[in-house]
Parts: sequence; structure tokens; C-alpha cells
Amino acid sequence: MKADPKTVLTGVHFLDGDHACCEGAIAAGANFAAGYPITPSTEIVERYASRAPKVGGIFLQMEDELASSIAILGAVWGGAKAFTVTSGPGFSLMMEHIGMAAMTETPCVFVDVQRGGPSTGLPTLPGQADVMQARWGSHGDYEIIALCPNSPQECFDLMIDAFNLAEQYRVPVMFLMDECVGHMTEKVVIPAAEAIEIYPRRYTTLPPAEYLPYRPGADGIPEMVKAGDGYRFHITSLTHDEKGYPAMNWQEQEKLVRRLVEKIRLQGERLERNEEHWLDDAEIVIVAYGISSRVALRALQMAREQGLKVGLLRPLVLWPFPEKTVRELARRVKAFVVVEMNYGQIVYEVERCAAGKTRTVLVGHGGGTVHDPHDILQAICEVAQ
Amino acid sequence: MSTSLPGAQPTNPVFPFLRTDRMPHIWCPECGIGTTVNCFARALVESKLPLDKVAVVSGIGCTGRVAGYVKLDSFHTTHGRAIPFATGLKLANPDLTVVVYSGDGDLIAIGGNHFIHAARRNADLKVICVNNFIYGMTGGQVAPTTPVGALATTSPYGCYEHPFNLPYLAESSGAVYVARWTAFHVRHITRSMVKAFNKKGFAFIEIISPCPTLYLRRNRLGGGLEAMRFYKQKSVIKNGANTKDLELSFQGEIIVGEFVNTERPTLSQVMEAQLQQALGARYVRP
Repeated sequence: MKADPKTVLTGVHFLDGDHACCEGAIAAGANFAAGYPITPSTEIVERYASRAPKVGGIFLQMEDELASSIAILGAVWGGAKAFTVTSGPGFSLMMEHIGMAAMTETPCVFVDVQRGGPSTGLPTLPGQADVMQARWGSHGDYEIIALCPNSPQECFDLMIDAFNLAEQYRVPVMFLMDECVGHMTEKVVIPAAEAIEIYPRRYTTLPPAEYLPYRPGADGIPEMVKAGDGYRFHITSLTHDEKGYPAMNWQEQEKLVRRLVEKIRLQGERLERNEEHWLDDAEIVIVAYGISSRVALRALQMAREQGLKVGLLRPLVLWPFPEKTVRELARRVKAFVVVEMNYGQIVYEVERCAAGKTRTVLVGHGGGTVHDPHDILQAICEVAQ
Repeated sequence: MSTSLPGAQPTNPVFPFLRTDRMPHIWCPECGIGTTVNCFARALVESKLPLDKVAVVSGIGCTGRVAGYVKLDSFHTTHGRAIPFATGLKLANPDLTVVVYSGDGDLIAIGGNHFIHAARRNADLKVICVNNFIYGMTGGQVAPTTPVGALATTSPYGCYEHPFNLPYLAESSGAVYVARWTAFHVRHITRSMVKAFNKKGFAFIEIISPCPTLYLRRNRLGGGLEAMRFYKQKSVIKNGANTKDLELSFQGEIIVGEFVNTERPTLSQVMEAQLQQALGARYVRP
């Protein structure tokens, strides 16, 4: 299925990441958004509020993030493609419905434009410390997919992927921007609608008498219906059986939770998407994502000028973590230098995948500003010795 | 009795509205929630709504289980959030009649903010609140509806907070239809539900209902039958009463009736009119 040409702003634009993210959502077919103002994400919903009524969409500013994050779930079960947008403190409030979306397998997108935390932290300055929260911030066991752009162009491109992955795997997809990427203005090329591939919702073709809301297909993912089509179905955020009815026993819990986890975890490298620089001969590999990857690239250039064999691995899909690539690199490189705007989150994943085969070093800080490339270079030099 | 005939099945006019494969339900004997569901099924019959276009959304709690027992498109959501879920559902699929069916703790305590904002917007939702003065499912804790002096597990010496007057809260927040009944008033409940279904906008019905296990017993008020007798004796029907005057006290008089029945453009109507006016031909209706 292709994007709707009536909604896609095909052309060359000069946009910040927030606005580009909004256009990506619209191009992906999002026709419902609910949000609550919070810096530095607000521009996304401001643009959506302006654009939605011109493309057949609906925007509603809700009373809080709890309401926003469940209004989108209601909209999806009503037949819409929906997303919500927030930043750290609001992201914390949305955890309740990230869990519900995971449990009820409701396809939707949560955008978190990260700022410095914890708590209300640094409203207008960047952070990358919501990475672990994006994965497991809601209680209980589940898996999600998280994408991480590092430019306005990618905010557009990856937002389409975010919706497509949400539909394909019936999961909430986390879209992890940061304040810098959100507020940075660059050239954004929006392609023609026919060049944008859209993954359609997995609606069932079965008649109501044969349909079970949570009977998994061959790939472990059940087919959907929407309200009003005569299926008289039931959806609950409680542990449920294939009928969708509450099932309060360990057997159904095991069956359901295992499927929710495995439908993502067993995808393995299929979900990996990495950008690689100078990895062929690299002895030291920088692992960085989001805005930090752009600073890290500068550090890489400086290191190469000094003759150091340094490469860069940038995961565009942070969750599930690109385990295969990192494991393979670990077999042949001397060290990983993980650059992130926090005091260690993705570094633990890198260290886990390195499995003692190579050294892993963190270059982290508390957020509020991007790294100084010299700090990264210094860490590289220390590791190289 | 037809049930005594060979091969005959016991039938009840509400069976077609229930997920009979989920019976028995979890509600205690003498609980009032089932009574309200019976009224709800009868109201669906009377209203002649196309059932494929009726959706029920519940939150968490004893009444929150209603969504799981009605044979309609039904959603059992997180605690307190039935209303914003329903708001999204209705906006995305305006052909639906969306009923929010939940308890006092769910709708008014944890969901209180959503309740007042949905009423303010005049979201086109039919909100049925079964008020049993207590948190039933978690074992009888004090609620924002518990009358002063009533015992609960977390108010062991008597509740010392003022309860909400729900019809007043609903009206002052913007509801276009407001009624209160007790579980004794089954025909009135059904009639009010039919009216609410046919009403455009935020319609609210409070149904005072016995919780024999956790409220009546702890407060030594007898069982469900005594509660019914009490409702019969202490209820006064005052249609059109000022909602300010509807405070409830411990075992005091219960004013019931239909208090508000007015017209106000709904959220969708105001949204479309405003966007049409501002954007003209550029407006693309959802």
C-alpha cells in the first residue's frame, strides 16, 4: 500500500526535527493524535493541530498525558492510525498505556523528545536518559520497538517506519528523539507519495463466528478488528486468552507473555538497522545514537587524522538492541566506546553483547548539552594505548 | 415454568446481550451491579439501537467488569481511564454509541480529572456510574463517595472526608443529561438509559447500588434486601431538583430523579463548526 498523495507534502523543505516528525506521521497515514503540551516536543502537536484538519485528521489536546496516551488507543480500536507526543515527565505518565498497548497489541506510536532528567529536569535542553525507560518503563514483561533518528530528515523517514513496524508487529513503537534533533533545522526531502510504502493494518478476513481476537497467526501475531463492524469482540488489559477474555491463571499468563516477548525478541537481526562508518579496519568502535552520533562522528574524524583505526556504529533501531552486529564486532575489535547523554544505559547492552571478549568504555554525562568531541577523542586515545 | 419442559433451555430476555460463556460472573450475591446490567440490556432493547454500533468501555473495579460480560464491542481498560479511551474511540468512529460503564472509585477518584474534562468538552459519551460508596474489588476501602462517618477498611473509625455530590459535579462540569437512581428503581434506570442513549453529548447516570460484602456488612446495614428496603423508604423522587441539593449523608435521604436534560453542541459538532468556519474549503472532514 502507498501513502495518500493528498496528505504528503512532497518537496524539499527546511524543517526542524519536530515538524519533520509530524510530517512523517501524516505521510504514514496517522489520522488521530492526542497530546499534552510539554517542551521540547510541543511543536510536533502544534503542527499536527494545524495540519490535521486539512488532511482528514483529528487532534485533541487532552487534560494530561494519561488521557492522551489512552485516547490514542481508543482511536486505534475505532479504526484510526494514532500517535502521541511527549517529553520525559510526560513519558513517565504514559507508561501506563505503553503497557496497555503492549498487552492489548494495539499498534500506535509514542514520540518522546528527550530532555535532561530525572523528574522535570531540564525542559529545554537535551538528554538521552529515557532509553531504558522506553524499553521497560511500564511494569511487567513485554517488548517494544524503539527508533532513534539523528536528523530532521530521519525524523520524517523513521516516523513512517515507526508506524509500519507498529502495524506489522502490533506493538507500541517508541520514537526516541532528543531536544537537539527536535529543534535542529535542516533540509528535509519529502518524497512522492507513491515512493512511500505503508504497511496496512492486519484486519481479519474471517467472519465474526470464526474470529478470535488473540489467536496468533503463523508469525505469532493475531489479526485485528475495529469497533462497529459486528464482531462484538472484547479487549482487556488483563491477562487474556485467545477469545480476549480475562484468564487468571499461570498457564494463560505464560502463553500470552511469552508470545508478547517472543514476537519481537525472536526477530533477531531482521529488525536491526545500523549506520556504519569506517568499520572495515576499525580496532575501536564508537557506539552512539541520536544527536550523540553526530558529535561522535566528529571525534571519529579527529581520531582518524591521528592515524587511529576508529569506526562508528549507530543503531537506528535501539530496541530490540542490534545484538548480532555488536557480537560480531566484539570478536574482532579491541574496544567499544559508547557515547550517550546519560550515565550508562546502552553501554550495558554493548557490554552484555561484548560478553567479555572486548573492552567497553562509557563516555557519558548528565545531559543538558551535547558531548565535546574532544572528550570522546580523549577516551579513544586512552583505550588505544 | 417453561424450564420444566423436556429439552427446554432457561431463557431470559437479557441473555442475547450477555457473554453467557463467561458466566458465572464475579459479582457477589445481592450486589446491585447485575441489576443495573439487566436495566442496561432492557434499555438497549427499548432504544432499538443497532447493537453492532454500540461499544462499552469500562475501567477497573467491580463495575469495571461490566464490559467483559456484555455481548457488544467492549473494552476493559486501565484504572480511571475509560473516559479518555472512549473519547478517542468515539472521535475515530463517530457512528458508534459509546457507553462508559464503571464505578465511583474508577470514574470519580482516579478518573475524576477525565470525567470533568469530558463533560466540559461535551464528549458524546453515555456515562453510567454505579456508586456503591466503596472500593469493592480491592476489599472495601474508603472512596470519594463514602459518606462521612461510614466505615471502610481505610477509614476504620468512620470516614472523615466530604464525599462528592456526583450529579452536581457532572452538571457543573457541563453534562447535558444528569440523573440519579438507586438499584431499586429499575424501570427508572432503564428509562434514563434510553434517554441517555438518544441524547447527543455527555450524559451521566449515577446508580446507587448495594455492596453487601464490603459496605453493608461492615457498616452493619444488613444485606442486599435491607438495602433495597432502605432505598425504597429513603428515596425521594425530585425530577428537576437543583443538583446543589443532592448531597448524600450516611443512611440519610436519597434524592433521585432526572435533574438535567438540556442541549449543548457536542465536542465533534463544535470541532467541525469551528474548523469549517476557519478553514472553509480547505477543511477535510475526518
